[in-house]
Amino acid sequence: MHPAFLGLITIILGVGGCIGYFWASNFFLDKVLFPPRGPDAGRNINRANMIRPWLFLAPAVFALGLYLAYPVVETLRLSLTNRVPGGGYEWAGLENYTQMAGDPKFREALFNNILWLIVVPALSTVFGLLAAQLTDRIKWGAVAKSIIFMPMAISFVGAAVIWKLVYDYRAAGEEQIGVLNAIVVSLGGEPTAWLTVPFWNNFFLMAVLIWIQTGFAMVILSAALRGIPEETVEAAIVDGANPFQIFFKIKVPQIMGTIVVVWTTITIVVLKIFDIVFAMTNGQWETQVLANYMYDKLFRANDWGVGSASAMVIMLLVTPILVWNVYNARKEMR
Amino acid sequence: MDNIAGKKSSLSWAVNISVVALVLLWIFPTVGLFVSSFRTADQISATGWWKALFPTEQVVQLRTGDPDDLRVADGDGFIVTGNLFGEEGGSLSAYGVSSRDVGAFAPGETADMGDGESMTVEEDGSYTWRGNGEQISGRGQRVFVTTTTPPEFTTANYERVLFSGDRTDSMAKAFFNTLTVTIPATIIPILIAAFAAYALAWMDFPGRALLIAAIVALLVVPLQLALIPLLKLHNEIGIGKGYLGVWLAHTGFGLPLAIYLLRNYMVGLPRDIIENAKVDGATDFQIFTKIVLPLSFPALASFAIFQFLWTWNDLLVALVFLIDSSGDTTVMTRQIVELLGTRGGNWEILATAAFVSISVPLLVFFAMQRFLVRGLLAGSVK
Repeated sequence: MHPAFLGLITIILGVGGCIGYFWASNFFLDKVLFPPRGPDAGRNINRANMIRPWLFLAPAVFALGLYLAYPVVETLRLSLTNRVPGGGYEWAGLENYTQMAGDPKFREALFNNILWLIVVPALSTVFGLLAAQLTDRIKWGAVAKSIIFMPMAISFVGAAVIWKLVYDYRAAGEEQIGVLNAIVVSLGGEPTAWLTVPFWNNFFLMAVLIWIQTGFAMVILSAALRGIPEETVEAAIVDGANPFQIFFKIKVPQIMGTIVVVWTTITIVVLKIFDIVFAMTNGQWETQVLANYMYDKLFRANDWGVGSASAMVIMLLVTPILVWNVYNARKEMR
Repeated sequence: MDNIAGKKSSLSWAVNISVVALVLLWIFPTVGLFVSSFRTADQISATGWWKALFPTEQVVQLRTGDPDDLRVADGDGFIVTGNLFGEEGGSLSAYGVSSRDVGAFAPGETADMGDGESMTVEEDGSYTWRGNGEQISGRGQRVFVTTTTPPEFTTANYERVLFSGDRTDSMAKAFFNTLTVTIPATIIPILIAAFAAYALAWMDFPGRALLIAAIVALLVVPLQLALIPLLKLHNEIGIGKGYLGVWLAHTGFGLPLAIYLLRNYMVGLPRDIIENAKVDGATDFQIFTKIVLPLSFPALASFAIFQFLWTWNDLLVALVFLIDSSGDTTVMTRQIVELLGTRGGNWEILATAAFVSISVPLLVFFAMQRFLVRGLLAGSVK
């Protein structure tokens, strides 16, 4: 069967199934199980209203449980076991973790990921704040915003190709077709294969993600800047503050909360970064990161124990943000 | 706002220039890919793409016709006439007769080659070569001409990538596969999430706060954790690798954001409307389908765009849940990564393939930017 046809059937079945489920379960609840008629009408309405939320929630709770909650537990279990040839698992305790900790590739991945965690959220937020503040003050700001925001729509893989062209390297003396090397050569430098220079190549990969995430930071920070009460800025101007003082001493402190949200959101993206490294260097030349290390272990080395252990490391790094988000959400709901 | 004191900001020009620089920096890499996708392989490896936008100057070495055949007597010497470009035609902006100074003469000027020998080349390439019998013999005279080629672009790359059917280069199949993944994976989570969001926003039941907290928590759970457990599960229940598996996976991974966005939006709907409807005897199901769903259109659109961009641009989920060893179900992101491996130097194919893949999200982005921004704001600013 042609996949497009299959897709169409799935849409019809999926959408029809969803609507059918919700309609039929509500119908059953109201007409058959607890009809709001007869001697028990009042009690039946109450009972129906107790059950109905769970009818609405059931598919979502099922999918969330199966696709996100269960895997956390299962990955934890897999990371503590080893696969026995021929099927089955045996308890391995922390063996996978110690094995992983001894793997130089893992240390490299952890080190690089920490580097990413420091550099990318910081620079994306700074560039985003800069872009937000500057574009808010000019007439063609909307167009400028659109352009800076645009990389958000481009896939990590597409961005990898775009930036590989920027970093392209030809031997010295040949015509350079990568912008970066062309600039270096025109300034009298030697062309360099940027992605193969250990340590520094990490920064060339990070540039790709910063390029993508700056737009996101800009959009959110720009909204926050516009939400600042004008009186505070006016008062500062009357008091003779210069534009830099207004920005750093009046505006930035007032949007600190939003800056933190942007920072943490980008941090989560960074922790999961996979495609850029996979497509540009695949972890060669000391550019390994955790998610790509995990993919290597799971699907190339077929080592589920160590692979799951490295996935748990990513989960562990995400956990503080998770707790902080939940704490804030609950505080806000009260 | 900064001008209320009545003076125009003296920083205005600096701001404009900085924004121009920032915008150029941000768009430059993408433009490079776009321009490269319209150039031939030879052009790409000969010059940087930024030079493609301007006419290029080239110096080529041409020869006059063979004097032994073509020379005609002219007074006490000989003369050879003809056109350097032959029948193809062309134009030149300068010429020279010695490799030491290839652009010594403007068209129409006469080059003195010593001992009475001379050469005159016109702009259209026609030349007159004079000299005595000894000079006008042997091989044709070398002439260096400087020609200007206007920018030249081709759509051949797109024809090759989209319509050639070549197994390694073709994106047509991957394009449809991506579409097949994307559309159900966008529509199904919206429906499931909308019902759940309504329950979380407008129904009162024990455990509601806990569920909302759980969804906020699941928002940040890395999907990396789900890869092996779910692949194992899919294999056990017989789905294996395929479209069904990838649709389900995208649905599961997209749900937390969908529920979160939609619930936040629905909570903000006016309470009166919903309570009036309840008083009038409408059931929750009717309130949801007739009132809440239509009113929530902006939030639905925001999430739809997110999910569309995310599923279209995804590589990891497709690699794990969809693409089997036959490669028939490959998606565009995967195809591009393959091309990076096999055709790392063939920028014309790579650039075109990448641009085919990013053009659809870019169209969606520019058409629906409003909803995207709104969704981002609802999703992260609290």
